Amino acid sequence: MSLAGFFFYLFAAITVASAFMVISARNPVYAVLFLILAFFNAAGLFVLLGAEFLAMMLVVVYVGAVMVLFLFVIMMLDVDFAELRAGFSQYLPIGATIGGVLLIELILVVGSWVTSSGEALKIASPVPTEDGVTNTEAIGRVLYTQYVYFFEAAGLILLVAMIGAIVLTQRERAGVRRQNIADQVARTPEASVAVVEVASGDSVFPSSTRGSE
Amino acid sequence: MEIGLGQYLTVAAILFTLGIFGIFLNRKNVIVILMSIELMLLAVNINLVAFSSFLGDLTGQIFALLVLTVAAGEAAIGLAIVVVYFRNRGSIAVDDINAMKG
Repeated sequence: MSLAGFFFYLFAAITVASAFMVISARNPVYAVLFLILAFFNAAGLFVLLGAEFLAMMLVVVYVGAVMVLFLFVIMMLDVDFAELRAGFSQYLPIGATIGGVLLIELILVVGSWVTSSGEALKIASPVPTEDGVTNTEAIGRVLYTQYVYFFEAAGLILLVAMIGAIVLTQRERAGVRRQNIADQVARTPEASVAVVEVASGDSVFPSSTRGSE
Repeated sequence: MEIGLGQYLTVAAILFTLGIFGIFLNRKNVIVILMSIELMLLAVNINLVAFSSFLGDLTGQIFALLVLTVAAGEAAIGLAIVVVYFRNRGSIAVDDINAMKG
């Protein structure tokens, strides 16, 4: 077995084992940590496939951002996770049945896969063949030319997701005094200063507010 | 033994099945369901990258990048909904979430 084959089986075995631990872990924090392990090993599989850029993207985006978000939310919510696991064994048979049927179907499809002979003519954006072109550069060449609209759409999706998350989680607390810069800038002397003629011996305030003297 | 397309597709199929299995097993816990969805998206990404690598076509990797983007957005929005839901109800049990309907 070649070195690449050894590493393929190593990464694949750890990925599948940690994915199994994700769905069966008792504590969701452990589930997140096993998911991080699964993503690291999937990144290893991507490196074996020659997709180095996506492998690093997976580590940066998933491990660096999404999983930390999961950890924050799990630690922030004060939930009794043991209670949520009730019925775990009750759902085991039907879940195992459906999962097993699906797995057999998928493996049958994969096992009978044959690539069409005219397929080489249909490649949309071939991997560059000249030397010295890295995977990142090759992706950049097609991403910013052929697929530039998809790239901008991805940016738009991220913007919408960011605005949505902020709008959903922001709340207005009552009784908090906030600075309103627009109001302060819009203040004019006419609206806030009044010139009052005061008779000698009298007060600035109208007599009704002076109380009983 | 040479590692071919079939091996990668089998790993992805097992991961996808584990994701579906996880949704069935933890059907009360929204956070684990979200993590199972992440597992299924990872399986899809492995499929796309494996085909891209073995057919010599970069389009699959571009598409995997877009899947990654959508998955990140989905996780952010999903977790925001979980936080808002927990703030209102004090629980994240899936059974209660049908209270959201009209």
